[in-house]
Amino acid sequence: MNLKLKVWRQRGSGDRGRLVEYEAKNISPDVSFLEMLDIVNEELTRKNVEPVAFDHDCREGICGTCSLMVNGIAHGPRRATTACQLHLRHFKDGDTITIEPWHAKAFPVIKDLVVDRSAFDRIVQAGGFISVNTGGVPEANTIPVPKRTADRAMDAAACIGCGACVASCKNASAMLFVAAKVSHLALLPQGQAEKKERVQKMVAQMDKEGFGACTNQYECEAVCPKEISVSFIAKMNREYLKSSI
Amino acid sequence: MCFERLKSTVGRKAVMAVSGLILLLFVAGHMIGNLQVFLGQEALNSYADHLQSLPVLLWPVRLFLLLVLLLHMAVSISLAWENKTARPVPYAYQDTVQAGYVSRTMVVSGVVIFTFIVYHLLHFTFGTTHPQYFHLTDSKGRHDVYSMVILSFRDLWVSGSYVAAMAVLCAHLSHGIQSLFQSLGFNNEKSRPFFEKLAIAASIMIFIGNSFIPFAVLMGFLKLPSGVI
Amino acid sequence: MTLDAKIPSGPIESKWDKHRFEMKLVNPANKRQFSVIVVGTGLAGASAAAALAELGYDVKTFCFQDSPRRAHSIAAQGGINAAKNYPNDGDSIERLFYDTLKGGDFRAREANVYRLAQVSNQIIDQCVAQGVPFAREYGGTLTNRSFGGAQVSRTFYARGQTGQQLLLGAYQALSRQIGLGTVKAYPRTEMLDLVLIEGHAKGIVVRDLVTGKISSHAADAVVLATGGYANVFYLSTNAAGCNVTAAYRAYKKGALFANPCFTQIHPTCIPVTGDHQSKLTLMSESLRNDGRLWTPKKKQDKRPSHEIAEEERDYFLERKYPAFGNLAPRDIASRAAKQICDEGRGVGESGRGVYLDFADAIRRLGKKEIADRYGNLFQMYERITAENPYEVPMRIYPALHYTMGGLWVDYNLMTNVPGLHVIGEANFSDHGANRLGASALMQGLADGYFILPYTIGHYFASNPKTQVSGESPEFKRSEEDARARIQTILSIKGKRTVKSFHQELGHVLWECCGMARNAAGLKKALGEIPRIREEFWKNLNVLGDREALNPALEQAGRVGDFLEFAELLCQDALHREESCGGHFREEYQTPDGEALRNDEKFCYVAAWEYQGVGKPAALHKEALEFQSVKLTQRSYK
Repeated sequence: MNLKLKVWRQRGSGDRGRLVEYEAKNISPDVSFLEMLDIVNEELTRKNVEPVAFDHDCREGICGTCSLMVNGIAHGPRRATTACQLHLRHFKDGDTITIEPWHAKAFPVIKDLVVDRSAFDRIVQAGGFISVNTGGVPEANTIPVPKRTADRAMDAAACIGCGACVASCKNASAMLFVAAKVSHLALLPQGQAEKKERVQKMVAQMDKEGFGACTNQYECEAVCPKEISVSFIAKMNREYLKSSI
Repeated sequence: MCFERLKSTVGRKAVMAVSGLILLLFVAGHMIGNLQVFLGQEALNSYADHLQSLPVLLWPVRLFLLLVLLLHMAVSISLAWENKTARPVPYAYQDTVQAGYVSRTMVVSGVVIFTFIVYHLLHFTFGTTHPQYFHLTDSKGRHDVYSMVILSFRDLWVSGSYVAAMAVLCAHLSHGIQSLFQSLGFNNEKSRPFFEKLAIAASIMIFIGNSFIPFAVLMGFLKLPSGVI
Repeated sequence: MTLDAKIPSGPIESKWDKHRFEMKLVNPANKRQFSVIVVGTGLAGASAAAALAELGYDVKTFCFQDSPRRAHSIAAQGGINAAKNYPNDGDSIERLFYDTLKGGDFRAREANVYRLAQVSNQIIDQCVAQGVPFAREYGGTLTNRSFGGAQVSRTFYARGQTGQQLLLGAYQALSRQIGLGTVKAYPRTEMLDLVLIEGHAKGIVVRDLVTGKISSHAADAVVLATGGYANVFYLSTNAAGCNVTAAYRAYKKGALFANPCFTQIHPTCIPVTGDHQSKLTLMSESLRNDGRLWTPKKKQDKRPSHEIAEEERDYFLERKYPAFGNLAPRDIASRAAKQICDEGRGVGESGRGVYLDFADAIRRLGKKEIADRYGNLFQMYERITAENPYEVPMRIYPALHYTMGGLWVDYNLMTNVPGLHVIGEANFSDHGANRLGASALMQGLADGYFILPYTIGHYFASNPKTQVSGESPEFKRSEEDARARIQTILSIKGKRTVKSFHQELGHVLWECCGMARNAAGLKKALGEIPRIREEFWKNLNVLGDREALNPALEQAGRVGDFLEFAELLCQDALHREESCGGHFREEYQTPDGEALRNDEKFCYVAAWEYQGVGKPAALHKEALEFQSVKLTQRSYK
């Protein structure tokens, strides 16, 4: 199949980006979206045009590195799918596809489609953990966790930190990401001791990084490749308000 | 509760929710009060007179509501501003998967509602816009609210603007009500669909309840008492 | 050079305890004066960095990813082994030890494996305390599942995302230390060289991948936790960025590389569909708990699976290995699948595939239960192939997945270069010639949380503290070399892309040094590789700047190292004239096609010493002595 691509090119964070048109020709529909970009890059290199920089690593939807806005939707049109697992069979021959990086003040563009998501790391560093030193822990089965609670914690913990929630949010809010971590740890008995400080610190850091606020439109949930529920945002709000009283 | 905490995005959303809830309760109470128009002139005028006769209560409540409204607006403006600056470079290709039109235009609907409130106050509270209907009195010498309402709403433009404003309010509330459950942390997977339906039902009820008055006037269901022009 | 593995004396069960007592300690107050560089932030690196920082050491971490959380450990699906014996099915430290050693075809160091089994239980305790949401029973206790190569259920798991959850646990522990200021993290930073001062590893030279700046970092010890080298084959289940560069640079600086030919082919991966393919996707081995492998009995049977009646199907693992059935170890299962496809009984368009069928399990347990166990894997399969595995059987084929070989380390996880420690997949020590499922996570965390933090202290306490600075001439020389190499890459301006060379190399290796190897093929590969390398340095085209983010430049550096390393891999494979585990030499097999080990001649670790580009490496042998087990032919029948 043949596709027309409009790709965001930006030399660096100080530069103004713009869309540049490229063609992707004779591509098999079984190719993944990133493999299509590989093919385009091979072709560009052959023409001595610098290839498009984009982030990717595991290419199986778990590392959370890939971060493409495909036709205005984070990770593209397929639900619960990262860009690396999106295959061209979901597009039509002759389609025009606009590819942009995540745009958010807290995620400055490094180059082309690559953005800096270290804000997420700093939020976790602020409190997204259980303070337990190596070794000094009880035997695993001394902390029973009801199956339902463990499953629910796992639902939240499945977040891959890709940033699609921020990218798609009309306010570039990081609430879903933060809420997933807060909820994961707040649900488990192990996480109770620091529950209050954790949510306070993580929310404070989130605000400091320049993410927007949640306006409960749930666009994040719709694009989340791991289908993290916005109920966790409600849970985080609850935890936050409880901890503030 | 620590004031600092309320300044965070999550805290301010809670402020939005609580202030919105207070305003919602007022809107609902106000609507129920107004619906007494269907009980006739005596009922409505005596209700209005009753309210006016308690200035010690009336003015603090008015002041409180004004402050809540201003807080609701101020916080929303601060959040909206931050939300806008959180994405300095917009997407060239914009698309939306789930977020509804209403939820994305809360600021616009809010501004419309505020404008309406100003007009509504000038109309019925201060009597600025239709002074000719404002000084009527009923047989007991009370301010004749009943006649004022009916005379005003006989004007298609006035009725139309009220109904339009109620439609905007309805839209605003349909997102606002369900949103407050989320912002205050009451939502979970099971309750969310319920709150979403509740929000829509409540906002439609408010729309119908309030719009029914001008509608009834125009349709002639509500008639002037004898003795008034 | 004589290789001293420094294995403590005494009975195997008390070696580690004895050693812990005998090792020298660093006074708590002095720990902060010792700095440690940890390269790589996967399970091993992140856990080590966190544990070392908790102890008080001054730690720096480096990773090429944009965040430590994205290291490829995250992709491990199935689970982590431990000898808890929660299911009461007869497990014990001895049994985990024996299974792992036997699974590795008796080519691992016995004492290391025993220690691994000993600390396995602590890992589970640690992870649970960190909040890892392991699967639970309704009563709230932890649940287990079975895995290949074991007849007990000892695998702990968090849906099909165990690696992710364990890595996030370690990442959170690391993040806590970064927040406390005890660890300084350098993401998007790639190690380009190891720096030795007076024979000790004292730092590294790195490139900031965003700015292109090359800089030096000095420390009192260097820890490599840089993963495996499966990407030398181009197509593997590893992440695109996985590379051998850090380990290979250390090798070039004198560290020995052990058993590079021990590579693992994972039986259950999604088959290759075409040239465009950039990676292979693993389907967790846990699927073999409930899925049954089969192919048609008839050759070239192109009928769709549902038209093939039960009696026309060959459930080949159940037929060949009745005791273990579909849970035969990876190397065995992979080879069986290959043989079937070689016979012309493979399925799918290419004929390189076998069915993994869940129909029976769905009938027995219901679709919901299967979705509970493997939902995300089924979804992943559906994403890639557009086929619904609830309705049609999966098609799978073996693919490169893990590398047991790695830098040689002693019992203290230190290489022959003093101060250079290697942990996780990057070292060679625990898995022998084949790794059992759910053991990689165990080893990474064992090394990082519970072994290295003790042994590195011993190194510090036993060696005089020296002042090191990144300004010293050794560092400056390495920086210059790194800059010169980058300049060379950018100035070739040839005609071919990095990817084309990588693909070409991968093709040669898969053909000649893949699932089955023979002397003729390996010799052919040893002829091809230098030719590809030569062309690489003449005809490569890398565009863009050196002082900016430049993914092609990064990849060129890595492929450049693969092109040298591949020769070492083939050399090792050629020299090891036996079949064992993942290393199957066609010349050495039993009449029924099983691996034929040669314990007389090859019961040793082959540790290779660098001699120069294109020159054969020098072999050093560490004899493997088994005190507590008897070497047997591995049988899973």
